[in-house]
Amino acid sequence: MDSIASHSLDFFENDPAENTKVIARSLTNRFLSGICIALSLLTMLPLISIIFLLLKKGLPLFGAGIFTELPPAAGMTGGGFGNAIVGTLVMVGIALAVSAPAGILSAIYINEYAPTSRLSQAVRLVAKLLTGIPSIICGVFAFAVVVMMTGTFSAYAGGMALAVLMLPTILLTSEQALLGVQSAYREASYGLGATRFQTIARVVLPDAFPAIMTGVMLAVARAAGETAPLIFTALFSQFWAKSLNEPTASLSVLIYNFSTVPFPHQISMAWTASLVLVAFVTLANIAAQTIFSRKN
Amino acid sequence: MSAPEKDIISPSGYRPMPDFFKIICQTAAILTVLMLGWIIYEIIESAWPAIQKYGLDFVTTSAWVPNRDRFGVLPFIVGTLASSLLAILLAFPLGVAIAIFLSENFLSPAIRQTMRFVVEMLAAIPSVVYGLWGIFVIIPIVKAFGDWAVDSLGGFPLFSGPAYGNSLLTASVVLAIMILPTITAISRNALASVPKTLREGAYALGATRWEAIFTVILPTAAPGIVAATILGLGRAMGETMAVAMLIGNSSRLSWSVLSPSGTLAGLLANQFGEAQGLQVNSLMYAALILIAITLVVNLLGEAVLRHTQKQTAGIR
Amino acid sequence: MKLTSSLALCLSIATSLALVTPARSQQISGAGATFPAPLYQRWGVEFNKVQPGIQVNYQSVGSGAGVKNFIQGVVDFGASDAAMSDEEIAKVPAGAVMIPATAGEIVFAYNLPGVNGIKLTREVMAGIYLGTVKKWNDPAIVKANPDLMLPDMPIQVAYRSDGSGTTYVFTQHLSKISAEFDDKVGTDKSVTFPVGVGGKGNEGVTALIKQSPGTVGYVEYGYAKDNGLSMASLQNKSGNFVAPDIASARNTLGNVQLPDNLRVWPVDPEGANDYPIVSFTWLLLYKKYPDAAKLKAIKEFVNWGLTDGQSFSESLGYIPLPAPVVEKAKFALSTIE
Repeated sequence: MDSIASHSLDFFENDPAENTKVIARSLTNRFLSGICIALSLLTMLPLISIIFLLLKKGLPLFGAGIFTELPPAAGMTGGGFGNAIVGTLVMVGIALAVSAPAGILSAIYINEYAPTSRLSQAVRLVAKLLTGIPSIICGVFAFAVVVMMTGTFSAYAGGMALAVLMLPTILLTSEQALLGVQSAYREASYGLGATRFQTIARVVLPDAFPAIMTGVMLAVARAAGETAPLIFTALFSQFWAKSLNEPTASLSVLIYNFSTVPFPHQISMAWTASLVLVAFVTLANIAAQTIFSRKN
Repeated sequence: MSAPEKDIISPSGYRPMPDFFKIICQTAAILTVLMLGWIIYEIIESAWPAIQKYGLDFVTTSAWVPNRDRFGVLPFIVGTLASSLLAILLAFPLGVAIAIFLSENFLSPAIRQTMRFVVEMLAAIPSVVYGLWGIFVIIPIVKAFGDWAVDSLGGFPLFSGPAYGNSLLTASVVLAIMILPTITAISRNALASVPKTLREGAYALGATRWEAIFTVILPTAAPGIVAATILGLGRAMGETMAVAMLIGNSSRLSWSVLSPSGTLAGLLANQFGEAQGLQVNSLMYAALILIAITLVVNLLGEAVLRHTQKQTAGIR
Repeated sequence: MKLTSSLALCLSIATSLALVTPARSQQISGAGATFPAPLYQRWGVEFNKVQPGIQVNYQSVGSGAGVKNFIQGVVDFGASDAAMSDEEIAKVPAGAVMIPATAGEIVFAYNLPGVNGIKLTREVMAGIYLGTVKKWNDPAIVKANPDLMLPDMPIQVAYRSDGSGTTYVFTQHLSKISAEFDDKVGTDKSVTFPVGVGGKGNEGVTALIKQSPGTVGYVEYGYAKDNGLSMASLQNKSGNFVAPDIASARNTLGNVQLPDNLRVWPVDPEGANDYPIVSFTWLLLYKKYPDAAKLKAIKEFVNWGLTDGQSFSESLGYIPLPAPVVEKAKFALSTIE
C-alpha cells in the first residue's frame, strides 16, 4: 500500500490519477471517522432521554428519608426504601461472591490450563447455552434448590438466583479477556523460568484484569436491575432485615411493585428508587474502574 | 511453546510440587459445569410432560390456549428471532462504531472517557425502567412513525396493517439500547487488545487509519467482537421484563414489524406466575426451546468466525 | 493493609449492632395474588403499628405461584383470586382453609372524550370482545344510549397479556352471558381473544386505554378510578344498567350465598341493583400450624384484617366485606389450630 505521505511529497509532479486515488483515500478516512463520531453521539440521545425522565420523575421524592425509612404502603405518603437498598447491596454481594470466583477461575482453567480438554469444552458449551436464559428461570432454579431446601424465602436464595444469572457473562467475558493477552507475554514469562501459576498470577491476570472487571461490572449492573429472579426467591419485606434467612426487600422488586399500582405516591417512589439504583450501579462501576486501573 | 508441566523450582529444592492453583481452577470449572448443567436438567425435567404430550407440534403450531390445553409456540419463536435480530441489526453497527471510537484516538481522552461513562450508565439501568421509558417515550415515537409508514410504505408487508404502539419495532428498539453496552464494552476490549505492533505495521505500510482498521484491526479483533455480539444476542433473547411490557404479547403471526408480537421469554414472564399444571410444563418446554435457539445462534456465530479466521491468519 | 483493617472495623461494628438489636419479632410471610397485594401490604404496616411484635410481609407473585408456594409449604399464608380447586386443596398435607379477605369489581374502562356514562348491554359486552361489535356507533350500542353522541370510530380492544385472576373473573362472566363467547374463548386466567392488543398488568391495560382514543379494556375498579378513566355501566341479569362503584358492588356481595368452604363465584348476580362483575379474593391458611406463636400471630392478623382492616379497603379501591361474610370468615378462622 503506498502511503499517502509519500505521494503528497510529490503531489504536483504526480500523475493526476494517482493523486485522485490519494485524495479519495484521505477523504474516505475523514468520512468514516465522521460517521463513527456521529453514531457515537447518536447513542447519547436515548441515554439523555432516560436520564431526563428519571430525574424528572424521581427527583421530587428524593431526600435523606429514602435511605432511612421503610416503604410506604398503599395509600400512605412519605416513607423511603432503606431496607431495599440494603437488600440489593447484600444480595448482589452474595451473588458476586459466588459467581465472580467461579467464573474467573473457570475461565483461567479453560484458557490457560486445559483449553482443549473435554471439561473445558463442556464449560464453554454450558456457559453459551445459558447466556440467553430468561431471568425468571434463574429464579425458578434457585427456588427449587435453596428455598425448597431451607423452607423459607431468603437473601441467600436471591443471591443464588442472581449468581446463576451472572455466571455465564462473567465466564465468557473473562475468557475473552484472557484470550486478549498476547502470547508473547506468556512466552517471555516462561522464558524467564516462571511456573505456570506465577505466569498466570503475575503476568496474565494483571494484563487481563481491566477486561475481566468490565465483564464483572456488566454482570453486576444487570443483576442489580433484575426483578424476576428475586420475586421467587427473596420475596419482599416491608421491614428492616434482621437476618439473611428471611424474605428480603430489594430495589428492583420495589420498583416493580410500586410501578404496577395505581397510587401516584407509590409510582413516584418507584421512579426515585430507579434513580437511586442507576446512581448506585454507575458509582460502583466508576469506583471499580478507578481502583483497578490504579493497580495497573 | 508450552509451559513446564510441573514446577521445576520449589522452595525445598527440585522436588516437583502439584499446582494447587490448577486444582482450584479445575474445581471451579467442574462446579460451574455441574451447576449450569443442573439447571438445564431441571428445565428438561419440568418440561418433560409437555414434551411427551406435544412433541414437535409444540414448535410448529400457533395456538396458545391454556384453558383448552392447546400449546404451540411458533409465533413466539418467530417473535424471539425477529426482535433479537432486529435489535442486533440496530445495536451492532452502533456498538462497534463506538468501540472503535473508544479504542482509537480520534478525539481527546476526556471525550472518550465521557463516552465510556455514557455507555456504562446505559448498562446500569434496570429492565423495568427500560420498560417504563419505552412506554413513555418510544411508544409514541414508534406509533407516529408507524402511522407514517403505513401510509407511505403500507404495501410492503413489513410495514403493513394498523400501526400499534406496543409492537415488535418498539421492543426491538428498546432491546437494541439495552444490549448496546454489552456489545460496546466487550468489543472495545477486543479492539484494545490488538497488539500495537500490528497497528504500527499497518501504518508503516502506508495505510490510512480506516484502512488499517478494516484490513488489520477488525479482523484480528473479530473473535472478541463476535463473542460480544453473541452475548448481546443472548441477552436480547432472554430479556423478560422490558419486552413483556412493550411487545403487546400477541400470539398471532404477522409479517409487520408494526403489529404486536411475542417472545418466548416474554411469554414466560407473563404467564409463569399464574400458570398451573400442564401450562407450567409447557412454559418450561418453551424455555428449553429458547436454550436450543441460543445454542444454534452460538454455533452459527462460531461458524462465521471460523470462516473469517480462514481469511486472516491468527496473529496471537 | 488499610483495606483489611477497615473491613475488620466494619465487620465488628456490624456484629456488635446485631448483638445489641432487640429480640426478633414474629415474622409472617405470604405470597400470592397481585390484585389484593397493596391492601395486604397496607394491612401489614398498619397491623405492625397495633402489634409491633408481629411483622407481616406479603409479595405478589401471581395467584398460581401463590397456590404453588402454599402447597409446597414455603409461606405462612397464600392468597389467590381464584381460591383453590379441590385437587389443589387435597395436595396440602396440613389442610387448607380459604378465607375471603376483600373483593373487587371489574369495569369496562374506555377512552372516548366527551362521552360519559356509556351503557353496555350483555350482547354488546360479549360482542366487543368477540370482535363482532366493531364500531362505537354500532346500532346495538346506539340503541342503548339514545342520548349520547357516539362517534364513528373503530373499537380498539385491550386485554391482559399476562395470566391473571382479573381475566379469569371477566371471562367467567362473559362465558356465562354468551354461549358464543364460552365456545370461542372460554374461561381462564389467560385466554386468546379474537381481537385486541395485550397489556401487562392492570397498569398495562390502563396505559393502553389512556394512549389511544377509542380503546376499551377491562381493569379493576381501583385502577380506573385512580387514573380517571371513564367507566361503562353494565347491564345485569335483571336488565338494569348498573354503574360501577363501591355501593353497587356491595349489593352483589350482600346477596351472595356463601357455602361452608367460603368459595363462591357470583358469576351472574340476579339482584336488581347488583353490579355484574364482582369477585372475592381469598387468603389461604393452613388448618394446622405447629408453631404456637405463629398460629397466634396469624389468627390475630387475619382477625384484624377482617375487622379493622376493612376500613382501608374503600380508599384503595377495594370492596369492604359485608357483615355476614365477615362473620362466616371469622368462624372459618376459628377452626384453625
